[in-house]
Amino acid sequence: MTRPAFRAARLTLPLVAFIGVTFVVPLATMLVRSVYDPVVADALPDTLAALRDWDGRSDPGEAAYAAAARELLRAREERTIGRVASRINRVRGGLRSVVVRSGRRLQDFSGGPWRAVLLEIDGRWGDAATWQAVRTAGDRLTARHYLNAVDLQRLPDGSIARQPPERRIYVALLWRTLVVSLGITALCLLLGYPVAYLIAHAPPRRAGLLLGLVLLPFWTSLLVRTTSWIVLLQTQGVVNDVLVTLGLLADDGRIALIYNMTGTVVAMTHVLLPFMVLPVYSIMRAIPPQQMNAAASLGAGFPRAFLRVYWPQTLSGVGAGSLLVFILAIGYYITPALVGGQSGQLISNFIAYHMQTSLNWGLAGALGGILLACVAVLYLAYDRVVGLDRMRLG
Amino acid sequence: MTRPDGRSAGAGRLAALASAAAAATVLASDCGPPPGESLTVISWGGSYARAITRGYLEPFTAETGIEIRLDDYNGGLAQVRAQVETGNIHWDVIDLETPDAVSGCDEGILEPIGPARLAPGADGTPPEDDFLPNALLECGVGTSLYSNVYAYNAERLTGERPTTLEDFFDLERFPGRRGLRRVPFANLELALMADGVPLDRVYATLDTSQGLDRAFRKLDTIKDQVVWWEAGAQPPQMLADGEVVMSTAYNGRIFNAQNLEGQPLVIVWDGQVLDVGQIGIVAGTPDLEAALELVRFASTTASMVAVSRYIAYSPARRSGAPLVSTHADTGIDMNPHMPAWPANTRRALQNDWAWWSDHMDEMNERFSAWLAR
Amino acid sequence: MTMTATEPGARIGRIVHLAVCALIFTFLVAPILVIVPLSFNAEPYFTFTEGMLRLDPDAWSLRWYRQIVTDDSWRRALGNSLFIGVMSTVLATTLGTLAALGLSSPAMPARRLTMGLLISPMVTPLIISATGMFFFYSTLGLSQTHLGLVLAHAALGTPFVVITVTAALSAFDTNLTRAAASLGADPLLIFRRVQLPLIAPGVVSGALFAFAASFDEVVVVLFMAGEDQRTLPRQMWAGIREQISPAILAVATFLIAFAVLLLLTVDWLRRRGDAPGR
Repeated sequence: MTRPAFRAARLTLPLVAFIGVTFVVPLATMLVRSVYDPVVADALPDTLAALRDWDGRSDPGEAAYAAAARELLRAREERTIGRVASRINRVRGGLRSVVVRSGRRLQDFSGGPWRAVLLEIDGRWGDAATWQAVRTAGDRLTARHYLNAVDLQRLPDGSIARQPPERRIYVALLWRTLVVSLGITALCLLLGYPVAYLIAHAPPRRAGLLLGLVLLPFWTSLLVRTTSWIVLLQTQGVVNDVLVTLGLLADDGRIALIYNMTGTVVAMTHVLLPFMVLPVYSIMRAIPPQQMNAAASLGAGFPRAFLRVYWPQTLSGVGAGSLLVFILAIGYYITPALVGGQSGQLISNFIAYHMQTSLNWGLAGALGGILLACVAVLYLAYDRVVGLDRMRLG
Repeated sequence: MTRPDGRSAGAGRLAALASAAAAATVLASDCGPPPGESLTVISWGGSYARAITRGYLEPFTAETGIEIRLDDYNGGLAQVRAQVETGNIHWDVIDLETPDAVSGCDEGILEPIGPARLAPGADGTPPEDDFLPNALLECGVGTSLYSNVYAYNAERLTGERPTTLEDFFDLERFPGRRGLRRVPFANLELALMADGVPLDRVYATLDTSQGLDRAFRKLDTIKDQVVWWEAGAQPPQMLADGEVVMSTAYNGRIFNAQNLEGQPLVIVWDGQVLDVGQIGIVAGTPDLEAALELVRFASTTASMVAVSRYIAYSPARRSGAPLVSTHADTGIDMNPHMPAWPANTRRALQNDWAWWSDHMDEMNERFSAWLAR
Repeated sequence: MTMTATEPGARIGRIVHLAVCALIFTFLVAPILVIVPLSFNAEPYFTFTEGMLRLDPDAWSLRWYRQIVTDDSWRRALGNSLFIGVMSTVLATTLGTLAALGLSSPAMPARRLTMGLLISPMVTPLIISATGMFFFYSTLGLSQTHLGLVLAHAALGTPFVVITVTAALSAFDTNLTRAAASLGADPLLIFRRVQLPLIAPGVVSGALFAFAASFDEVVVVLFMAGEDQRTLPRQMWAGIREQISPAILAVATFLIAFAVLLLLTVDWLRRRGDAPGR
């Protein structure tokens, strides 16, 4: 490496190291969690060993029962049984209580035969499916969560099949997220383009003022803006009040504008609009307005002159703005969480749900991994189309 | 371009500057509050949090000098599980619903408490005999008897008034949005009762897959009109704002909105689901002794009676029932507002915590998949 | 805009365009402004009461402002927000400016890759960053600490500094450093005397962006903060989700005033930063 190269690299090194430790490694740990989970393997090693050569259909035999009884008791004493149970429960719903209750009841038994004991505690220990679930949950490395995230599952015989209909939600959710983000991007373009045009070709003082109006929402706290939309759009809110006062709505016919997809789309469009206006505006500013006049004076008419002469020159700004808005939209969490109700939730909200409520961290990681891959592709596209070093703020 | 030697030294000094700034940040960040005797108590927020603050948290601090930091949650074991699993335990004492107190205990994420640590009743009865059934568990100590009811806003429902649980599900006679808590707990019971299942058959019905389908089918009939709430403070607010025409709620919240804020809300007691509010300790808390001290203090007859003077939840001890009197600020007689008052219990279901602690996760999973569709 | 007004079609088009833009500007700004008068509502409602519309002085009040000023939890939240914001900004600005100096050197190896890495925290969905940070910082014992949040917010704030300072440097004439170097100036001296004054507006506005990003961040806070680290947005989040009291509108009004202040400052800095280039 040449000296100047070395020197430049040395200046970036502190930040590269900092981002590596505080940001990249955390993302990596999330991705690791989506494929790796040692909890069951560590807690029930002998049980899993006894199941290794089991055919998956017949009775697993007294050795497996005895190992399970011993290791469940130990897991209860070590207080890891809840964690073990939650993993097994994720493979096959309903088993959490079987595992946890067995741990509790086993204390009352002093000796085997353990098959009889476990069957007495809960008849489901007699199902081959229960033992299959234990064995599956015992894999340290698993693609289960990724399969789950695209509504697939691995059957006991190793083949891959779709989830039962009532559990198929993520593919639809992913589509919904992409479609809604596309819609919001289109809306932002539709609203942002005329505004950018107005500002780009206004006299400097007025342009500064108008740009300020675009930037004000940009600098205003996201939570403030979300609060505003709640105040405006709720059933007893300002918009409904105005419509009722104007006689456009009956007082008992107020419309639901928030806590549904409408709320999500309106509030997100508001939040993301400045990210469209700014890049489009900065491209337009460089286009001399005389061009349009020239085209118009040649008899092209405004629509034709616009489509042939003006629009093509703004495409790079449109591309930059659209990509940015789309990237930000597909990962949005706050706004849908606060104003989206049930129907306006996007993929990020489900990641949060699995992080905080269902505690299915593997699935959260897998959904996160898929979202991250989408963003990474778009980010690379942005770098190709626009160039990261041409990114500007405000 | 060649560089004189000084350059890298300069770059080095810049880097040193950066590490100095980083070090300064780290040092400055360490000045949190000084570690003293304090407990983090997690409760239901809103008017219930105010009631326990005045009922026993402030007296506890006055007596022991232990500071209390009070924060809210919306129920469920997720946060406790996450803390125990990541080893970041920062909650000490926590208010719980009964099924969560039971499963948390089995999973080892709640600390066993045991009657030996508790005070006898006001009349000297030992704890084992003084607590109501379901109020003395391995890891949970009952502090109050509360109820899931539904309520409506009398100013907004000007025509016919709902009087039965069936009316809540009747969108034809009572059009408009409904508020329901975003959990299956208690909602499945309400659905089955409204669908004509007698009280003593509710849990037997839920135990079959046809019965469960029946409950979800009943919920399906109003799903489009439901606004889901999570925090107990939301339903009175949603009713007052007219966001919903009826909502399920905790009876005490509605009582406070009626009597302290003058909201024209009306409780429909028909089909109420009763539960015991428990208090428990997160396993592995570094302040176990102080936490046990607080649980003992909070579960005395006197503390429970004190709470019942701020919110309409009755004591979970037999010796407390005769001591229920008036609201501390307004002087209203609390008795007729209590869930167990005879006039309120003509159709009242006692929630079956054993069924729920066995099925909570399964139901939560099915419920959230049902919601997402 | 200088569209010739002789043609009636163009003229109508212009009027339509202006009308549409007026509507869009209303959409952008009105929601923010509507909160301000509502924060003076004497009643605990989120809508204009009849009294307010009649301009009845009794319908207007400062009660929500009194409430937030006297409420401990809001004051603590403001303290946490300022502390975490300032600390993470110092860290982000120092590291980000250094890195931008390196990135702007024509000799920087793997420039595009490095830039991609350093800007990635800005485009990564916050829920993903928050998830990863929660796991990793927990294992280090850094969740539920101020330090953890400072580090997390610094990571999220650095891209803003990198971008603004790189932009400022790209408008900067490298001949100046070369001239200074040929006169024998030490790089630190060059940085202090030549580069810094010229890129200072970029550095300061990068710092303001980083501060604003931290000051407004709630997702990472939701995952990582304990009761002792509750920030202003976290407090607002709880208020919006659970009990939306008009006190939130009073806080929001403060934050809007703060946003206007930031906006004007950054605009002023941009003018200063642009000046030498023009």
